Amino acid sequence: MTTEMLRVSVWRGKADGEFVQYQVPRQENQTVLDLVTYIQRYLDPTVSYRFSCRVGVCGSCAMTVNGKARWTCRSHVANVAHGGHIEIRPLESLPVVKDLVVDMTTFFDKWAKAKGSFEPTRSRHDDLASITSTDRQRRQVDAGIECIGCGACYATCDVVKWKPDYLGPAALNRAWTLANDVRDGGNQQRLRAVAGDDGCLGCHSQQGCVERCPQKLNPTKAIAGLKRLTVLAAIKGDL
Amino acid sequence: MNINTSAKTETWLWLGQRLSAVVLAVCVVVHIVTMIFAMRGGLSTGEIAGRVGGNVWWLTFYGLFVLSVSVHAPIGIRAVLLESTPISARRIGLLCMIFGLFIIVFGIKAVIGLYQLGPV
Repeated sequence: MTTEMLRVSVWRGKADGEFVQYQVPRQENQTVLDLVTYIQRYLDPTVSYRFSCRVGVCGSCAMTVNGKARWTCRSHVANVAHGGHIEIRPLESLPVVKDLVVDMTTFFDKWAKAKGSFEPTRSRHDDLASITSTDRQRRQVDAGIECIGCGACYATCDVVKWKPDYLGPAALNRAWTLANDVRDGGNQQRLRAVAGDDGCLGCHSQQGCVERCPQKLNPTKAIAGLKRLTVLAAIKGDL
Repeated sequence: MNINTSAKTETWLWLGQRLSAVVLAVCVVVHIVTMIFAMRGGLSTGEIAGRVGGNVWWLTFYGLFVLSVSVHAPIGIRAVLLESTPISARRIGLLCMIFGLFIIVFGIKAVIGLYQLGPV
């Protein structure tokens, strides 16, 4: 019996690199990450890529697969291959370090710029905050909290491509979860940080981020929430 | 003139564009429906002047229409230029402000001109 082979084009080099083709044996339940791992282990050990958990938790293995940003560890070849061919490129909108590895510094710096860190209002000596699971604000937090920071939304967002300073869907989604966290005390600074054209108001609601989020989150909805909060803050004179 | 692009200014511009869009949505519908249903002898200058001339309600309506456009369009064009051209934010701000003033001056001039024609 002959083994079915898959034609895999992998981006090699930096931004001015090129595609190199590899033939990878097809296997059952094979993921895109499996393909890259096979290439590195058996065909070309100089291929660089990034991964860690392999089960969709860490968010490190996102790449552009046949033109779409995907988490490769949970993208099955059967679902993404076009006629026995797969093209794998690094994520867009981020500088390429080498091959399939991008520099995520800008992406995470924008989380910090959007004041994406929790600002506690209580000390360890205070009682725990009492928040019910049915609380409206808590439900808003729950809807967006499972972001794994893979960068698929950021790489898909057209506004990021047009305006490199735009904070992007992931950072703004993070800001929205904190804006709804009643234990957090950093909202005024956060709303100032995410207001404006480089923040939530720059979003065109194209929903590419929603389409590509592997966790099925809705950053567009989160950004719409931030738009409401920033406008209310502006009216109240808090911006 | 200070044309800064602080988050606060941008938020007000954003809100201004949304609110003017609400007014425009109503104005455009009234304008188009009037054009389609109130038209009798074809779309002629005489017919338009006959309806709008000397009518305070139409003067107010089209005055509001022009004001909404003068708020809505320059802010939208500002956003497009900021996203798609390398022109500095300050220059874009100035250009759009001039564009907005152009719409107000010539738009209001046209509205008043039609009103002053009086009933034909």
